[in-house]
Amino acid sequence: MLEVRNLTKHFPVEKGFLDKLFTSRKSYVHAVDDISFSMKRGDILGLVGESGSGKSTTAKLCLKLIEPTSGSILSEGVDIAKMRGEELRKFRRNMQLIFQDPTASLSPRIKIGDAIKHALTYQKIGTASDQTERTRAILERVGLKPWDNFYDRYPHQLSGGQKQRVVIARALVLNPKFVVADEPIAMVDVSVRAQILELMLELRKEFDLSYLFITHDLAMANYVCRSIAIMYLGKIVETGPKEEVFGKPLHPYTLALLSSIPVPDPKAKLQRIIPRGEIPSPINPPKGCRFHPRCPYAQAVCSEREPQLEEVKPDHDVACFFPRT
Amino acid sequence: MSLLDIQSLVVQYHTFAANVKAVDRVSLRMEKGHTLGLVGESGCGKSTLGLSTLRLVPPPGKITDGHITLDSIDVVNCSDEEIRRIRGKRVGYIFQDPMTSLNPVKKISNHFVEMIRTHEPETSEEDALKRAKEVLARLGILPERINDFPHQFSGGMRQRVMIGLALALGPDLLIADEPTTSLDVIVEAQIIELLKELKESLKLTLVLITHNIGIVAETADRVAVMYAGRLAELGETDGLFEKPMHPYTQALLNSVPNITKKGQVLSWIPGAPPDLAQPPHGCLYHPRCPHAFDRCRKEEPHLLRHDSSEVACHLFDKR
Repeated sequence: MLEVRNLTKHFPVEKGFLDKLFTSRKSYVHAVDDISFSMKRGDILGLVGESGSGKSTTAKLCLKLIEPTSGSILSEGVDIAKMRGEELRKFRRNMQLIFQDPTASLSPRIKIGDAIKHALTYQKIGTASDQTERTRAILERVGLKPWDNFYDRYPHQLSGGQKQRVVIARALVLNPKFVVADEPIAMVDVSVRAQILELMLELRKEFDLSYLFITHDLAMANYVCRSIAIMYLGKIVETGPKEEVFGKPLHPYTLALLSSIPVPDPKAKLQRIIPRGEIPSPINPPKGCRFHPRCPYAQAVCSEREPQLEEVKPDHDVACFFPRT
Repeated sequence: MSLLDIQSLVVQYHTFAANVKAVDRVSLRMEKGHTLGLVGESGCGKSTLGLSTLRLVPPPGKITDGHITLDSIDVVNCSDEEIRRIRGKRVGYIFQDPMTSLNPVKKISNHFVEMIRTHEPETSEEDALKRAKEVLARLGILPERINDFPHQFSGGMRQRVMIGLALALGPDLLIADEPTTSLDVIVEAQIIELLKELKESLKLTLVLITHNIGIVAETADRVAVMYAGRLAELGETDGLFEKPMHPYTQALLNSVPNITKKGQVLSWIPGAPPDLAQPPHGCLYHPRCPHAFDRCRKEEPHLLRHDSSEVACHLFDKR
């Protein structure tokens, strides 16, 4: 369904006037560095990592909202990275994005019905009355019913949870096959988060969708996703089915992430392995394994060679010389 | 005697459109050495409650009723001079976003020296710097970095500096308002472990304001659950998590995923928190409550003692 091969994105760092005069070396932010993964139809892949690990850049690359530096993104055998113009516009029907902040992703001056319908007019799907009909149907489907209560409202008249429903409706009105959800519940109140997730899961079944679910919330990822890819500083360090990655983690970074989560149970016994310091700058990532300066189990080889993502157990890949077992 | 005693506090925001009660008749007591977790959804009044203990509620917010007593000082009615002596000295405050809480054009050393010498003018600059370095070292920041500017620190380090500033004058009470919300999960764990360690070693009295139920479960001795400006439930952490009584507390706990539990089914609360400009009659939670009955729509419940906790719900009021 989706296959990403050796995908890389480096952003050039803008330099000041004097630096430009006196240094010739260009520096780059290594946002995403040579990652590969694949998704099957109906899959829910959770891309998990801290800020600065490259998860949102990966999402944007998958939708070709930004141009990759190198690598390919194959969707049903076609390379999206090479697509241009009209072809790309038509192709985008199949892939949609749900953003983190529903307030920022809706124009305050456009009625929500029109905002949803606009996706259809832009893609030139159906007649005007078809478009209105489809908009009404999708509004009701995401739980904003009856539709005439919502169609002519402005975003500021809705609650945060309702706005996120509008964003979901706008993404799904085109009947996509692949949806990227970038932290879809981070800005929604705790008490309605589960409801939004449940809606997304229902819609997946109904529309036969695949989700790329981007989050830093491991507990949420555990609840929603089927498979997990853990990112650190532009690299995927561990990937596999959820039960494997969260149940029997192999990479020391995954272990650290898992042990850092606050557990909502005062009786839980926490055994914390917290790595020192914070995620280093992606401009000059550490040599060898990118996690080695913070890793409690690092040895000499970790700073010299870079571990490759290798299958250790069926479907369970890890990039570490000394995986925890 | 309690260190902090809040009695039926009312904080209102007066706007053209409406007169909103952000905090409505909240009473709380804090004993020395205890940690209180204050939880609730956004807009439930937890930050306003925290700010009002230092009379820092921004206009148009105003404390309109009730008492706050901090170690026998009347916080609501004392002079501006007196409240200035409390802020930073008796009560330390950690804000959510360490980036906007530090002055970007001042070195870390200036932040410390200014604060220490404002409260203790007799302290020399050298002594103040020495103290600042001791505090920073304790929080895991190299003392030589004291001459750096805030932008030279990472998010987690900045939050450590904020904690250092709050602790530099040895306050009796520390209020931390969402201290880890803008931080990543590993850094969050580092800061929580630090707060737990400081709590033990300095015998700190801590008010932890957060919407993260996990953090409360880990650090607090007692938990206060707020909903729409009122206290819904107040009790010991273990008891409250084991047997939450208020339907809101139950629903809130059930909406949080727990990674250590297998096959968990999450639930949610239908609807949205009420618009406090037009609050519903009776119990503010009744439009979302599955157990609501006639009395809930008419009569407002009061916080009543029940076993080891206090709960504001008609289900437990057997009168």
